[in-house]
Amino acid sequence: MGKKKTKKWWQKLIGERMTSSGWLSFFVFGLGQLKNKQKGKAAFFFAFQFVYILAEIVSSSLVMGSIPGQPDYWGYGFFRKSLHGFITLGETTGGRFRDNSPVMMIEGIIAIFLLLILVVIWTMNIKDANESYLSYQRTGQIQSSKDFYKEVFETSFAYVVSAPALILMLFVSILPIIFSFLTAFTNWDAYHNPPADLIDWVGFDNFTKIIELPGWRTTFLGVAGWTVTWAVVATFTTFFGGLLLAVVINNKRVVFKKVWRTILILPWAIPSMVSLLVFKNFLNQTYGPLNRMLGMDIPWLNDPTVAKITLVVINFWLGVPYFMMLMTGVLTSFDKTIYEAAKVDGASARQSFWKITFPILLSQVKPLLIMSFASNFNNFGVVFFLTGGGPRNIAYEYANYTDILITWIYNMTKDFKMYNMASVMSILIFLLIGGISTWNFLRSDAFKEDI
Amino acid sequence: MGNIKKMRKKMRPVDRVKDILAYIGIYSILIVVSISILYPVIWIVGSSFNPGSSLASATSIPKNPTLNNFIRLFEETDYKRWYLNTLSVATVNMIVSVLLVGTMGYVFARLKFAGKKFGLLTILILQMFPSFMGMIAIYVFFLNFGLLNQPLALVIIYSAGQIPYNTWLIKGYLKNVSTSLDEAAQIDGATKLQIYTKIVLPIMFPILTFVAITQFMAPWFDYILPSFLISSTEKKTLAVGLYELINSQTNTNFTMFAAGSVLVAGPVAILYLFLQKFLISGLSAGANKE
Repeated sequence: MGKKKTKKWWQKLIGERMTSSGWLSFFVFGLGQLKNKQKGKAAFFFAFQFVYILAEIVSSSLVMGSIPGQPDYWGYGFFRKSLHGFITLGETTGGRFRDNSPVMMIEGIIAIFLLLILVVIWTMNIKDANESYLSYQRTGQIQSSKDFYKEVFETSFAYVVSAPALILMLFVSILPIIFSFLTAFTNWDAYHNPPADLIDWVGFDNFTKIIELPGWRTTFLGVAGWTVTWAVVATFTTFFGGLLLAVVINNKRVVFKKVWRTILILPWAIPSMVSLLVFKNFLNQTYGPLNRMLGMDIPWLNDPTVAKITLVVINFWLGVPYFMMLMTGVLTSFDKTIYEAAKVDGASARQSFWKITFPILLSQVKPLLIMSFASNFNNFGVVFFLTGGGPRNIAYEYANYTDILITWIYNMTKDFKMYNMASVMSILIFLLIGGISTWNFLRSDAFKEDI
Repeated sequence: MGNIKKMRKKMRPVDRVKDILAYIGIYSILIVVSISILYPVIWIVGSSFNPGSSLASATSIPKNPTLNNFIRLFEETDYKRWYLNTLSVATVNMIVSVLLVGTMGYVFARLKFAGKKFGLLTILILQMFPSFMGMIAIYVFFLNFGLLNQPLALVIIYSAGQIPYNTWLIKGYLKNVSTSLDEAAQIDGATKLQIYTKIVLPIMFPILTFVAITQFMAPWFDYILPSFLISSTEKKTLAVGLYELINSQTNTNFTMFAAGSVLVAGPVAILYLFLQKFLISGLSAGANKE
């Protein structure tokens, strides 16, 4: 048992130590491989550097030519121009050479991303040069380029087949999310309207606004408080409602179980958008059938407090069937012998439910409960279609009494163009929901087994 | 049943009272819940056959039922066009999603490659974002690529947005299936592509069907995305069309909205009721991530 040296972090990146081949590859991709007499591999690595440099030259004014009077940075190659634009977010407004800040931001993100890929390949290239050199010194043998290509092909199957999905995700999910995060650090709002105006980086100004400006502070505290309350209440009501109905419908006294069950899961089968729009009219204060039937004038959706209760009740209507079906599944999968044992020990039906059934049930549905909390936290539909955030609250900025964070973001984005503040809220939601979900996931078996 | 009757005869009076109370409790819960579910449903179906057009006149059981609202829906609005738009988006989305996600699920469930751990964690984090979080950027992208106001551009977002979730779903499904077949095939010299198409794809069929159904259903009732990205009337999808029918300030479209709702929600509800067991097991598998 010799002493096993732990690798330093840089040894993982570039191999055991820098060699002469490594240094050659450090400056020119593939040059070290050429020295190691691996021509094919050298060409493989050099191709990357070549393409990047070619792209930079072709897109610059050296090849493209320049229009008289254009600013210097308009003539830079793609990478330099994009990085310059990303840092400045544009310098000229109006006229022929106006800069479009959001587009510059996106180009900057893409350029940084491509450069990161190049850095990864660069380190791989150095590591490979070092390792081939050292292994040649030790064994006197070189891996042929043919073997190398074979190895690349074998291992690249996973990358090739998942490439379309990954590229799509990159453009539709990852880049937009990074863009959205960065927007939180700019002044892109209703008063800065690109491409007519330029946007600038403002650091953490938008975050301090929420703490310092009374209007924003009130809105944030109010909306965030209601969002958390809403998510907790909505999750627990549907959970216990579903549990109750599952227990009731599985009771031996119930006849025509199938009929009852079909009725009870109906709200799950009807598209929720339709149900919500129907309820909006059903609960209309003046013309709605509920108030007409009751002969009363209850402001179901028009009074702040009543509207909040209505939201919870309607969400209950929509959400209970799913939990009911879930619980039925869990309950029927239980081992019956445990109840027999409890009965022998003299436990009543109620005792065996709360002492045996419920704890097992809870442990089984806990991850579901947490996911349900997260989805209620962002339950756009119920609020948007029922109340649209209303009734009006003049103390709030761009929000009303029943708005939750996600509908507030929607309003700010779609109707008021307060992109920076909407992005700040997105970040806050992400930190909370992302934190909860990651914590939930890290504890699950799926994670321990898979990764 | 006979058993219960026998038991009842043996009961002490106190237990008998308890038993009757239990009956009353259980059935009153069932009846109250059923009424509160059925009343709004009956009301909206009734409204769609109402002769009047306003909310105030809509009744659960119309005295002179008429099909007038359905006729008006097709003659006075672009309902048919919305329906076809949504149908084409839904169909293309279903096909694209299944193609993309099937391979992703296989790759992440069965293959070993550098960066797998990183990839899994990335898609896990990605699926926590509501899809319109990056909407501003998507809007700017689409504006620059000329994709704005194109219904098929929605397909790109629907299918890409659900990749992370569905990849986890399929990965979880494949985890419960033994890898012995793959290994045997590999020993016999099958390539990875052959293993995928000949062995893994048939195994994945049930879960891919689930993905297909959910991806087909998504565009029908999604409001946020098309409201951002589609502006002209003839390119709208059904959700936006229906919402605007009811949200216009005039109170005269209500029964027409009811007709439109019944027409689209009816088939969906029937489909869901038939597939309930299948859909529920898929949903809970997704939530469990196992």
